[in-house]
Amino acid sequence: MGRKANFAEKQKKGPGRKTKKQKPPSFPAHIAGGPESETKLSHRQKQRLLKRKEKQQKLVSKKKVKQNEIPPSDDEVSADNMSDDHDQSDDASSTEDNQAPNKLFDMSDEESEDEMLEVEKANIELKKKQKRETEEDEEAEEDDEEDGGEDNREALQISFQDNDKELTLQDVQQRIKDILLVLNDFKRLRQENISRAEYVAQLRKDLCLYYSYDEFLMSKLMDIFSLSELMEFLEASEVQRPVTIRTNTLKVRRRDLASALINRGVNLDPLGKWTKVGLVVYSSQVPLGATPEYLAGHYMIQGASSLLPVIALAPQEHERILDMCAAPGGKSSHIAALMKNTGTLFSNDVNRDRLKAVVANFHRLGVNNAIVSCEKGEKLKSIISGFDRVLLDGPCTGTGVISKDPTVKTSKSDVDIQRCYNLQRKLILTAIDCLDANSTTGGYLVYSTCSVLPEENEWVIDYALKKRNVKLVPTGLDFGEEGFIKYKQLRFHPSLKLTRRFYPHTHNMDGFFVAKLKKFSNAIPVGVDDEEEEEQEPEVQETNSINETSKKKKRANHDSSNEVQKKKFKKNEEINGEIIKKVKKDVGANTKPSQQKLVASDSTTNGVLKKKVMKNKDVTKKLKQKNIKAVGSETNEVKKKKQIKKNNDGGIEGNKTTGKSADANSKINQKKLKKNGDARSNVNKKKLKMKKGPLLKKVATIDH
Amino acid sequence: MKRLSEERAKILFEKLAKFIGPNVKQLIDRPDGTYCFREHRDRVYYVSEKILKLAETFNPNQLVCVGTCFGKFTKSNKLKLHITALTYLAPYAQYKIWVKPSFEQQFLYGNHVPKSGLGRITENTPQYAGTVVYSMSDMPLGFGVAARSTADCKLADPLATVCFHQADIGEYIRSEDTLF
Repeated sequence: MGRKANFAEKQKKGPGRKTKKQKPPSFPAHIAGGPESETKLSHRQKQRLLKRKEKQQKLVSKKKVKQNEIPPSDDEVSADNMSDDHDQSDDASSTEDNQAPNKLFDMSDEESEDEMLEVEKANIELKKKQKRETEEDEEAEEDDEEDGGEDNREALQISFQDNDKELTLQDVQQRIKDILLVLNDFKRLRQENISRAEYVAQLRKDLCLYYSYDEFLMSKLMDIFSLSELMEFLEASEVQRPVTIRTNTLKVRRRDLASALINRGVNLDPLGKWTKVGLVVYSSQVPLGATPEYLAGHYMIQGASSLLPVIALAPQEHERILDMCAAPGGKSSHIAALMKNTGTLFSNDVNRDRLKAVVANFHRLGVNNAIVSCEKGEKLKSIISGFDRVLLDGPCTGTGVISKDPTVKTSKSDVDIQRCYNLQRKLILTAIDCLDANSTTGGYLVYSTCSVLPEENEWVIDYALKKRNVKLVPTGLDFGEEGFIKYKQLRFHPSLKLTRRFYPHTHNMDGFFVAKLKKFSNAIPVGVDDEEEEEQEPEVQETNSINETSKKKKRANHDSSNEVQKKKFKKNEEINGEIIKKVKKDVGANTKPSQQKLVASDSTTNGVLKKKVMKNKDVTKKLKQKNIKAVGSETNEVKKKKQIKKNNDGGIEGNKTTGKSADANSKINQKKLKKNGDARSNVNKKKLKMKKGPLLKKVATIDH
Repeated sequence: MKRLSEERAKILFEKLAKFIGPNVKQLIDRPDGTYCFREHRDRVYYVSEKILKLAETFNPNQLVCVGTCFGKFTKSNKLKLHITALTYLAPYAQYKIWVKPSFEQQFLYGNHVPKSGLGRITENTPQYAGTVVYSMSDMPLGFGVAARSTADCKLADPLATVCFHQADIGEYIRSEDTLF
């Protein structure tokens, strides 16, 4: 119960001790640079600078003149380099044109150029050329960018590349933002060639990457929430919920507890107007799970959301109440507190280890009207029933408490969810059966989970509504969002609006679901209850599309399972038939010329063939046995048996008729049979589904 | 769930009498219904008969706890009172010891009470009497055995033990696994 958690986390404040001693570093002006160094030039330095500038200007003008004389082209430059003397004379003439005072300087310049090797000159040319090219490229790029900017007004450019190695988290975040922007205004911002589905797929991928979910859970969440809400939910799931405690009204009043805790240095506030026992703890100097008040049973550390189902249950004094999944005893002890230790509280859980915590909490909190048992929830109905109220806080995937247990992000799969809601359905039926509809004060069931998935919430309630004489009643909680009445292809009973959903981003508590049901008749509706079918149901649903009503579902599933069996059967038959066909074909091809000579067959080859056919028979028999178990319709079986017998007999007869001519082909037949045999075994393993119609036809043709 | 044998019932009541004296009667004759002691896996439970009846529908192997656990019989047939009995010992206690706030935490870690940690003590506590230990704000913290009589306490030096520790509410955390 979080007793071992470290609630007194201190965050570092300020820059630390050492920083106060040190001043920020100061640099001398010549290192720091900036405008000061320029202003500090002396008069002479300024004059020299002016002169230098003049010189440079003259030099530039001279070079321009030179360039006019010799237009720069790559070929000519190379030619210049080849013939040094020509170059020199040319230079000389140009220098003569220039003014006298610069002559000396120029000459020296030329000399230095002369001193350069050919390779060096070539290098300089190459560098110039490269520079020019890069400048051109940059210009081109700038143009592109401008173009992109223009596009941005119409469509948001989003790169859908999957270079995950190069992508940083910032890039992913940016892309998420962009895609959200596009999806919010799809008509205007979309790129023409990209569909909404592609955008959504990319968004899902990015969200998975950014928040480290697996795609399965993310797609589930995307089904539940709108995009903006999804983002809020994901963000809220990253943050811990505030620590909340519940006052144990059996021992102390909330005001006294609050003052005692404040004296110990705990910073707290009342939780909300909807509860009189909750306190929210902002910070604490002492571990909340080890204060003398905690040990004396004055309070219990439990999430705000786990107060809700008990408030919805509204236990009364002198009632008989059942908590089916009690561990670790937070809600159970809350029930006992509301009952003021009167009546009887049954706290049950499957896990014996977790029950230790329940017993410890009960004793600590002073609950003495409880019976703690370790039974399977489904069995409770046969042990004791006639409860006034039942609380079922079922086992679930925990998708509402991702902030508490981040492993949920990646560990859940379709099968896990199915397993959960399968169990939840069984438990909720048991819970309803345990209730007493004739109770004067009650007859209520509260079902809650810490999951946000409709499969574990609305769908389970919907199932219970169909299976038992129960109806939904208002939960008595004046906040929270209404339950779904439709989800994807599922349509639930309209009264499911009375259920309540709680989200981390809207209510700052764990994701939670609460439904309150009232049982109005103890009779179980006729023709609805069938435990075995219930058990089968979800497993088969994997292959089957989900139907709306459970009755239909069941029938369909039953049929489909039979169909699968039948298909297997048919497949086997078909393969046998093919073998026969091939054998017949071969026979036909070879025996036509020598049909009249029916010579005694070669016993050995036919023997082998027979054996193989017998093997086939064995396999078909096994399959038949399976079918008998699964389908249980004997008439079909008899028919099929006959068919197979016919087929196999036909095969043997066909082989017999081949006679001597079959001799030559027997080896080929053997091979083919082998092949077919292998193929059949493979098919049996894989349980390939073939269409029913054509198969029947094939079988029919083979028979004739 | 079975009735206590004569012998064990005697041991139990003797033990309880050490702490609450003649008030043991009040545990049995209650105005709000009949209560009884029952034994389940060597542990003694104190439970209302109404609840007991309902509990009997369960398979004993699957039954973890009913009502309040008082203590456990050891292999040598002695009763060890658990801290869980404090709920019923505290209101009826004859001899009480109050510890100073500074010593509260120490006591909750399982230490004996020295004279320096002693805040108050019932007037005429004899030596080796069962006492219930309270904090100064009257919150029951546990129970023990008085090491000295009240008169001796006044003369004792500060480090001398006044009360031997037997059980404290820190055990809910320290020995949650072995307690139940």
